[in-house]
Amino acid sequence: MSQLDQIAPVVRTITPLSFRLRRLTSLALVHTVLMAGAVFMLLPFVFMVVSSIKPPGEIFEATFRLWPRNFYGLQNFESALTTAPLLRFLLNGLIVCGGILVVQLLVAIPCAYALAKLQFPGRPLLFALVLLGLCIPVQVPSLPLYIAFAQLGILNTYLSLMLPFFLSVFAIFLFRQFFKSYPDEIIHAARLDGVSEFEIVWRIVVPSAWPAIAAFSIFSIVAHWNDLYWPLIVVSDTKLATPPLGMMYFADSEIGSNYGALSAGAVIITAPLVIAFLIARRRFIAGITMTGIK
Amino acid sequence: MRTLATPLNAKRQKWVESLAGVGFSTPAFILLLLTNLAPLVALALLSVTNYELGAIDFSFIGLKNLNTAMSDPVIRRSLTNTFLYVAIVVPGGVLLSLLVAILVHRRTRTRGFYEVIYFLPVTSTLIAMATMWQFLLHPNLGPINAFLKYAGVGEVAFLSDPRLVIPTLAAIGIWQLIGFNMVLFLAGLSAIPRELYEAADVDGASNPIDRFFRVTWPLLGPTTMFVIVTTFITAFKVFDTIAVMTRGGPMGSSEVLLYAVYLEGFQYFHLSYAATLTLIFLAFTLAFSIAQTFILDRRVHY
Repeated sequence: MSQLDQIAPVVRTITPLSFRLRRLTSLALVHTVLMAGAVFMLLPFVFMVVSSIKPPGEIFEATFRLWPRNFYGLQNFESALTTAPLLRFLLNGLIVCGGILVVQLLVAIPCAYALAKLQFPGRPLLFALVLLGLCIPVQVPSLPLYIAFAQLGILNTYLSLMLPFFLSVFAIFLFRQFFKSYPDEIIHAARLDGVSEFEIVWRIVVPSAWPAIAAFSIFSIVAHWNDLYWPLIVVSDTKLATPPLGMMYFADSEIGSNYGALSAGAVIITAPLVIAFLIARRRFIAGITMTGIK
Repeated sequence: MRTLATPLNAKRQKWVESLAGVGFSTPAFILLLLTNLAPLVALALLSVTNYELGAIDFSFIGLKNLNTAMSDPVIRRSLTNTFLYVAIVVPGGVLLSLLVAILVHRRTRTRGFYEVIYFLPVTSTLIAMATMWQFLLHPNLGPINAFLKYAGVGEVAFLSDPRLVIPTLAAIGIWQLIGFNMVLFLAGLSAIPRELYEAADVDGASNPIDRFFRVTWPLLGPTTMFVIVTTFITAFKVFDTIAVMTRGGPMGSSEVLLYAVYLEGFQYFHLSYAATLTLIFLAFTLAFSIAQTFILDRRVHY
């Protein structure tokens, strides 16, 4: 083995053709593996899209064909949209994700700044609690929160969908890390100029933290748009269903056996985030790299 | 106009900072208390009582719930199934995504193309995609079985065979998180300096497998550790695919811990029992969440 390795460079210089051939074979192998994986990854997407434009009879034919013989897309999307309030589900997703994100940022940013740059009583304790919070999965407080919401009579409201997530310990943690590297000199100079702490946070520090805020926003929206567990617990009113919950209702309803319409519904539910991802691919990937957790 | 900091000013500044610090963190602190810490205490109290929703009085029952849970066949099955699921998803989801990341990393023109494809499941709503998988895997109508029959393998009851249901769900779990892990590995791979590979080349480690074990694997250690930990947590929380595709069936063969918590707590309203199950769930994830927080704390530098 080691002998082979030693002569390998020599062989390369003598016969560039065989080297190029070897390179080409390894390249072909790499793409074969990646494409095989890609087929597995894309399988449900392709099936979803083609089923959404096929007539019911063609979806489960003995011989699977990709393209429909009869285009049935309009009928499928029409029956999906008329039998379930899919656009309403999307709107609910937008309201819930938007509401959660706005409050998360408003609450976490000042707190993160305080933890990073201000000396105040209780700071070590607060940071310890933030770290403790990071170790508790979101499903853990569900039961007591559900009981409390039931007592308060706020189940089946937008508020109940959003309230448990208003505080993101992860946002505090991420922003604190980011703010810590912000130069102290600038903050001192601003103080000497008489700029209030409130203005320092929102006018000076926040604009420089834009990459972290974008990364967290993507993380938060993807997490809450796709969350099923909590909406399933607090919402029983179809009108308030978020996209995943709506999809579940839809699949369980009578039309659930109309595979074409159900596929069309799945297209409508998944489209907004997938389109956003395709447009802002770099931002999504940079965001995941920075936040690193789900 | 800038003024020199006098002792008086410094004292005033200290006071302003304390006030601002407390003011800025109070909303977060109150919310943290209400949505995170108080529920944790409530959960612990709930698990040692026999409280039911709307009940006026309840009494202390100690660890009775825990004993019930330990001898409850449903819970034991749920735990075994969860472990089996995790045992497939963690190695599968970590190693496959590492392979994909290594192969994608070297591509220049096709990198974006593969990144999009592998990452797509991460952004798409799992509930919708789970419904599609259910069609694809349908025993007599689905295209996958049509293909298997055509290929001479015969019909495979992916979701209705008790022995196959967890592996099938695990494959879907892996499908969902490969892209996410791939992105983390890609970031780790770009952080490895090229010179190290050149040095390895000079040392005689020129074939890809030698290079992987001499350079990539050791230097990717911290990333791999982090990916393993997050994958474990994600896998342990499996819920969506089970709620949509199998509801714990057939015959309890896909019951998992979080689904049991959901059923006991929010379907049967056995609140104190569900509280105990939640604590069991927490106990299993805690070590990994602590590890994750620890790594995050060291990893995130700007």
